[in-house]
Amino acid sequence: MAQSGNHSIANSSHGHGHAHDDGHHDLEALRMMGFWIFLITDCILFGTLFATYVVLNGNTAGGPTPSELFEMPGVIAETFILLTSSFTSGLAVLCMNRGDRKGLIIWLAITALLGASFVSLEVTEFVKLVHEGAAISTSAYWSAFFTLVGTHGLHVSIGLVWMISIMIQLGRHGINSVTKRKVNIVSLYWHFLDVVWIFVFTIVYMMGVM
Amino acid sequence: MAQHSAQDTHDSHGGHDTHGSHEGHGSLKSYVIGFLLSLVLTAIPLYIVLNDVLEGSAANVVLLGSAVLQFVVQLFYFMHLKEEGKPRYNLMVLILGLFIVMTIVGGSVWIMTYNKVG
Repeated sequence: MAQSGNHSIANSSHGHGHAHDDGHHDLEALRMMGFWIFLITDCILFGTLFATYVVLNGNTAGGPTPSELFEMPGVIAETFILLTSSFTSGLAVLCMNRGDRKGLIIWLAITALLGASFVSLEVTEFVKLVHEGAAISTSAYWSAFFTLVGTHGLHVSIGLVWMISIMIQLGRHGINSVTKRKVNIVSLYWHFLDVVWIFVFTIVYMMGVM
Repeated sequence: MAQHSAQDTHDSHGGHDTHGSHEGHGSLKSYVIGFLLSLVLTAIPLYIVLNDVLEGSAANVVLLGSAVLQFVVQLFYFMHLKEEGKPRYNLMVLILGLFIVMTIVGGSVWIMTYNKVG
């Protein structure tokens, strides 16, 4: 599907002689904006999950409380890993703007590796929590916790698959206006996930252990 | 295609800081500044919580304040919100989204705080 998209756009930009660059660019800019609107709706999704979390905060039904179970070293590592990966995805975009395909793919790979270590740290944390008696069905608090943090983790995992597929496309097609837009979008998505994590880190973990 | 990339190389050499030319481009400098600011804004809450410097609502204000500041830093230095062209649709959509999020979060918290009676 992505490939056919590549072709049709390449065709349309070559076919119409008049103002081919302008119309082409407008389309890609429109797609960027469409993605931005998606990000805002995703923001609303996380907003509702945060609202639920804040409302249910403290309702542990006599079970384990967050301040007993949270282990900050892992969470701090996750935070700095995701922050660094947000930076490296920016470096990837810079390489792309210079036309440096190799650098672009390398920085994307580093970003994906950092993202993968984030996800594996989070999964380890979840497994440990469940072993210590805090599962998603334990209490209202832990339901809200796993839903909020898990939804973010799911977003990061999807971002990983997405980033890898874009790296494959870059290997095949190189940097053109379509792959360029895709890299811009995935890096926007990645920055967004970092922003959401900042709030998870602050509201869930920092305020949870305070 | 070669033409495209050649043009882009030229572009990024031409304007250093203020080139809001096409999509969000940004420079290495802006990414590094954004990254350093984010590191500092993550370190501040960590320092406060791990060393019990502040307590209660003062700590909450500082924690949420640094989170919001970091959000702003990422918007400007990583997501290039400032470099958008004239009809600032992205900004408008963002403001609408933030308004909805504030309403949902603030409204839920407000209602549920006074729900304890029922």
